[in-house]
Amino acid sequence: MKQEIPFTFDGVPMTGRVGDTVASALHAAGVMKLSSSIKRHRPRGFYCAIGNCSSCHMIVDGKSNVKTCVTPLRAGMKVETQTGKGVVR
Amino acid sequence: MIAKELVVIGGGPAGLCAAIAAAESGSRVLILDRSARLGGQLIKQTHKFFGSENQYAKTRGFDIAKILLSRVDTFADLIEIWVEATVVALYPDKVLTVVQDGKYIKIQAKAIVVAAGASEKFLAFENNDLPGVYGAGAVQTLMNVYGVRPADRVLMVGSGNIGLIVSYQLMQAGVKVAAIVEAAPRIGGYKVHASKIARLGVPILTSTTVLRAVGETCVKQAVTVKLDPAWKPIPGTESVHDVDAICVAVGLTPLTSLLAMAGAMTSYIPELGGYAPILTDEHESTLADVFVAGDAAGVEEASSAMVEGRLAGLCAAKRLGYPHADFDDIVSECHAQLAGLRNGPFGCKTCAGIAKMREVRDHAR
Amino acid sequence: MLDKFGFATPEQVASRFFTEEVLKKPKAILECYEDIPCNPCVTSCPTGAITIGPDINKQPVLDPDKCTGCAVCVGACPGLAIMVAQIKEDRAWFKIPHEFLPHPAKNELWDAAGRDGRLIGVAKIEGVVLSPKTKTAIVTVSIEKAQLLRFATVVTKHA
Repeated sequence: MKQEIPFTFDGVPMTGRVGDTVASALHAAGVMKLSSSIKRHRPRGFYCAIGNCSSCHMIVDGKSNVKTCVTPLRAGMKVETQTGKGVVR
Repeated sequence: MIAKELVVIGGGPAGLCAAIAAAESGSRVLILDRSARLGGQLIKQTHKFFGSENQYAKTRGFDIAKILLSRVDTFADLIEIWVEATVVALYPDKVLTVVQDGKYIKIQAKAIVVAAGASEKFLAFENNDLPGVYGAGAVQTLMNVYGVRPADRVLMVGSGNIGLIVSYQLMQAGVKVAAIVEAAPRIGGYKVHASKIARLGVPILTSTTVLRAVGETCVKQAVTVKLDPAWKPIPGTESVHDVDAICVAVGLTPLTSLLAMAGAMTSYIPELGGYAPILTDEHESTLADVFVAGDAAGVEEASSAMVEGRLAGLCAAKRLGYPHADFDDIVSECHAQLAGLRNGPFGCKTCAGIAKMREVRDHAR
Repeated sequence: MLDKFGFATPEQVASRFFTEEVLKKPKAILECYEDIPCNPCVTSCPTGAITIGPDINKQPVLDPDKCTGCAVCVGACPGLAIMVAQIKEDRAWFKIPHEFLPHPAKNELWDAAGRDGRLIGVAKIEGVVLSPKTKTAIVTVSIEKAQLLRFATVVTKHA
């Protein structure tokens, strides 16, 4: 079994595995909804998994609009659901 | 601003072959790729490739990636690799903006090979934005790159090679494929791929499409409908499939956004997958010293992407003053290989697309 | 049929088989019914029994006199479109590619399917060779001779 990587999703502790992206770890943990549409707030999962579409934008370590499907999972990452267009800090 | 000789955008089959060919010629090369590892979509192709030995036929895609990467490694003194490096801008003076590790980096290139690949097309149907509606390639990435089982029961939409291959790989991963639906009256991909699936009992439903996804927060069901010869849904022919994922495999479109931003001429050519760049026979765009190879030049197979990459890499290196010792021989061999791959009934679509592209090109001159 | 459902017609299948006399020895059955750019069957054949010609888009043709039934092409074909067939007394023997885990094991009984996926009976696993290079298992199976032209693959272990 590959080494586990701890992270949090909306404050809930979770674990992924070495080689995971943020989105693949979430999917393996049963999290289907990654973002929501900007106007009607419809749930969105990932679509392309290679960084082309924008269906998997989330807040990672405080940064908005992170393409979680191509962002390697790192220990201690704080992953949060993003609403709206996100905030540039 | 960092100065570089040849910059290759994208480390997939086309980009790697371009980098190898340019390094063989003596050019210094920088490969930029937005993902954490090189190989592009080859790394998730677990099936054996078609073509001839020149394009590594009968070798599985991920093994081809390993072969190409070990070739790249032999040029460690010439080829530099940046991963998790996304090219976000390309300017007509061959300046690139790259985002890596949260920082913007500007690069002045002498020549560029754009091998950015393609993106999956989408399909309009009710609730197509529900989680559980995936691009077929995404599902392939999830299971073959990350080892995550994407779903329990899948409806595949589209019977091109991607739809057929991913259906087979889903079954290998232990996922049930409820059916493959195809709006056209005929199966789109290679029949040998279709036969692999048919003999395992998965129905391929031609003249059928997906009408809507059902579910509140994720896909619970898919409703399909039969189509008449004019591709209109036939009322009363709806059927409901209990699935937790709908895979959309309705083709790819070239990623030409960087080229368009820099002002390279593109044209809408359906046979090449959408907006495709206008290229010379040496795969140079309408911007001098900016070459294009692989799916970014028009959607095709990985086998032809590798040959195109080789061609573009050789020509770009020559432009920089590094003509390969056997330049003429290798270039004509590349053209012969491409002609061979495109000679059959599947390749004629690409040939038609290239003919249209050349028409636009010659008209513009 | 092939275009619409993905499996060949009985006529197409029959056109790729050989007479019972020829099939007393194992022969490759090339079920490639479409012009696609591909030729590993030709380059892998150790006896030069398969020809396509200069245009790799053409369909392969087998010379049964040269074919030894070695099944190298079975593991080489990217389309998994080749099987080796042989008639031994009252049973039809096949060497087929297998890419699902777990692979069958020798002497097991497996449910057999035809090209349309319908179950046609029970086949006996006579042997399994796993090629580390191609990562495709070549499974030798036997089934009653009447299924010679219908057998396509084994799907699950017989309950």
